[in-house]
Amino acid sequence: MSERLSVISRPSPEKTVSRKKSNLASRHLVQKVAFAFLWLTGLAAVIALLAVVGYVIVQGVRVINLDFLLMPPRGGLSGEGGISTTIVTTFYLALLTIAIATPLGVGAAVYLVEYAGEMQGRGGLIPRLVSLARFGVETLAGVPSIIFGLFGYALFVTAMHFGFSLLSAGLAGACLVLPVIIRATEEALRAVPRSYREGSLALGTTQWQTVWGVVLPAALPGIITGIVLSVGRVVSETAVFYVTLGGSYKMPTSLLSGGRTMALHVYYLAMDTRAFDKAMGTGAILILSIILINAVINCLSRRLTVRE
Amino acid sequence: MSSRKGTSRSIVDRSARYLLLLSALVSIFVVFLIGLFTLREGLPALREIGLGSLLTGRVWRPQRGEFGLLAMIAGSVLVTMGAMLLGVPLALGCAIFLAEVAPDRVRAVVRPAVELLAGIPSVIYGLFGMVVLVPLVRRVPVPGNTGFGLLSASIVLAVMILPTITNIAEDAIRAVPREYKEGSLALGTTHWQTIVGVTLPAARSGIVAAIILGVGRALGETMAMIMVIGNSIIFPKPLDNNPLTLFLSQARTLTGNIAVEISYATGLHESALFATGVVLFVLIMIVNTTAHLLIRERAR
Repeated sequence: MSERLSVISRPSPEKTVSRKKSNLASRHLVQKVAFAFLWLTGLAAVIALLAVVGYVIVQGVRVINLDFLLMPPRGGLSGEGGISTTIVTTFYLALLTIAIATPLGVGAAVYLVEYAGEMQGRGGLIPRLVSLARFGVETLAGVPSIIFGLFGYALFVTAMHFGFSLLSAGLAGACLVLPVIIRATEEALRAVPRSYREGSLALGTTQWQTVWGVVLPAALPGIITGIVLSVGRVVSETAVFYVTLGGSYKMPTSLLSGGRTMALHVYYLAMDTRAFDKAMGTGAILILSIILINAVINCLSRRLTVRE
Repeated sequence: MSSRKGTSRSIVDRSARYLLLLSALVSIFVVFLIGLFTLREGLPALREIGLGSLLTGRVWRPQRGEFGLLAMIAGSVLVTMGAMLLGVPLALGCAIFLAEVAPDRVRAVVRPAVELLAGIPSVIYGLFGMVVLVPLVRRVPVPGNTGFGLLSASIVLAVMILPTITNIAEDAIRAVPREYKEGSLALGTTHWQTIVGVTLPAARSGIVAAIILGVGRALGETMAMIMVIGNSIIFPKPLDNNPLTLFLSQARTLTGNIAVEISYATGLHESALFATGVVLFVLIMIVNTTAHLLIRERAR
């Protein structure tokens, strides 16, 4: 682009009016200054990332050793002990959230893409429900996490008497990641070529058989991407679980026991005990998990594009 | 035989259809439940205190039954403004850079960096803010400056909203038809003149939507704000004669107020926190809906 541009804007040799020439020079100068600013902003984004990630990892690595990973936290003012129970809790919670949200999210996306399309522009109850469902997904995606927390606290913790527990947090978390899974699955389903469906339907299958046997398998990598994205969301979320999970650092023994995820542990260490070194250590593990999750997503989407 | 098999297939087909429709309706059901439960819990406060005095009361002292959110509203608004002031030029610059200027190889570095910024947990931003930014800000020699406050919070928030704004604005800039740019370039403008005169105006509604979604994201951020803003329930005001020291003042956001107090609040206090949630929910709904309308308008 810029190469072609310079060809276009280079003054022609026979041009003689000097005023125009200087105008061009000043225009080029303005462009240079502006582009320098743009380069700086791009650089700033990279530096911000490196600063945050680099600082936390470099500081964190100092306290990370096998004991830190395998020992349970023992509380205390300097946050003694390791983080084993918080890793386990994070794992349980992610699993629970995914188990609840995936069937609902994938089902919703299948309906919105495979079934709702055919009734566009028709009146009646079901098309109205469909546009309501779309509005729901859009709204849910924009709700701030503390509101999910408040809602989870009111409904699951208090009204349904689940208390501060994995179950309450998992249900609230499932509401949080539902739009993530729906959107990723919708995108994956839309990418499945029409001919797949037509080929299957032409063999005399019902629509459900086509969806189950042909469309969903073809969309699987995209659906898995959505699930992994949701895991990332649960691992990094704090506000929702701060008001639904309790914060006990003991090992959870049932769905109804409370707990503390890694992200929550970082918060408690930093805010309650000011044990910044341990917070950095936990934070480093947290960041490494997020980087791993991102790498998995990139891998998946690359495979997706290669196949297409 | 085959007809019987056919009917069983069609029964499965039909029940699958309705089950899927049901799961599609779960989202709107959850939205409904969120509205219902926060409103139900917040209703006693809205009734007893009244929305007006909740929104305009300057004093928040739950033990004495005084529930005024104005200090927290000011905190949320100021920190959002601060984050926008710092973050919008940065984020839009990044978006233009990625869409128009960056060579492919540079783009291949900056793009994933922006994506990873979006993935970093907010407690990590908070932790970094507490350990690195706050001590830096504390060096500003103004009496009463603790480092915790609006400035630290605005800087942290500016970085947190960068991916939101950059992603959507970049999409909007990329969606501008090639012919527009070519027409402009053919008139002899420089690339930059084309960006300013043609590309950005054509992408305007998408860029505005990106900024509005950034505002929504900023208003909703909770944990990182609790960690760096100081959380004093005071109406933010300048620390000395220089009005700019306003940003060194501690504050508390609406979101932070909910998160910090909900675990021990009871009775009217708890209800007032839910009412805060209702206010926040409505506010962010308005912000997000505006943005989505703008985006949809552009798509048309």
